[in-house]
Amino acid sequence: MTPTATWYLVVAALLFSIGAVGMLVRRNVIVMFMCVELMLNAVNLSFVAFSTQLEDVGGQVSVFFVLVVAAAEVAIGLALIVAVFRRRRSGATADDIAELRG
Amino acid sequence: MFVTVLFVVFAAIALGSAIGVVISRNPVHSALWLVGTLLAIAGFFVLQKAYLLSAVQVIVYASAIVVLFLFVIMLLGVDREESLGDPLRIQRPLAIGLGLIGFVLLVGIMGNRWATGAQTVTGPLRGGSGGNVEHVARALFTTYLWPFELTSALLVVGVVGGVALARRSNAEEEEAA
Repeated sequence: MTPTATWYLVVAALLFSIGAVGMLVRRNVIVMFMCVELMLNAVNLSFVAFSTQLEDVGGQVSVFFVLVVAAAEVAIGLALIVAVFRRRRSGATADDIAELRG
Repeated sequence: MFVTVLFVVFAAIALGSAIGVVISRNPVHSALWLVGTLLAIAGFFVLQKAYLLSAVQVIVYASAIVVLFLFVIMLLGVDREESLGDPLRIQRPLAIGLGLIGFVLLVGIMGNRWATGAQTVTGPLRGGSGGNVEHVARALFTTYLWPFELTSALLVVGVVGGVALARRSNAEEEEAA
């Protein structure tokens, strides 16, 4: 009994759900970002599982692009958090940023 | 059998660490739990013979991105414990319920037929000469050359944007001085 693609996809679905719940529950923006990373990684895992299943290199190339986008996203997102925190010394939680709504 | 044991171990590490990320009060602990998940996923990649991606995962994700997180946490000093109490009482049960529904839907949509379709559409994964690195590189530098070059533009925009956002303007500096 060796792990099939189905096993990997179930783990990826669980990981994605945990990330989504964390995104909804946590108020610290940095931790919310980490939950986004969890979800991206779950998707990467399913990409590789499909790639192995279908003997196709496209899935692994897609993971490569997801990695690049994730790196750029983290750089910009953390710079945004630094900018927000500089304006509001009290903290950079989701509640503080709620002021942004019109 | 050995592969199955490794799979179960990696799955336990990945899911346990992911739960650790969500329930840690301290953001630094969350970042360290995140390393656990990322390394376990690198292990999954090795199990599926995606050797290049597992190396990239460790180098880019588990080191560069997590260091960036820790650096910002240190810079801002937001590592104080966060009370996990919630102003909106309904939010947490609702979120967990929605997460469960999402999981059931994800599994249910696909049923037993997880992956169907023609095999090896964009390129072969094994066979021919060379290993995993050669196969991914060949696809990346032929079929996907244009998107690959575009990512360099994306990264440059990201770097410039990050500097522009995080830089103190001159007026602010004078104000602080």
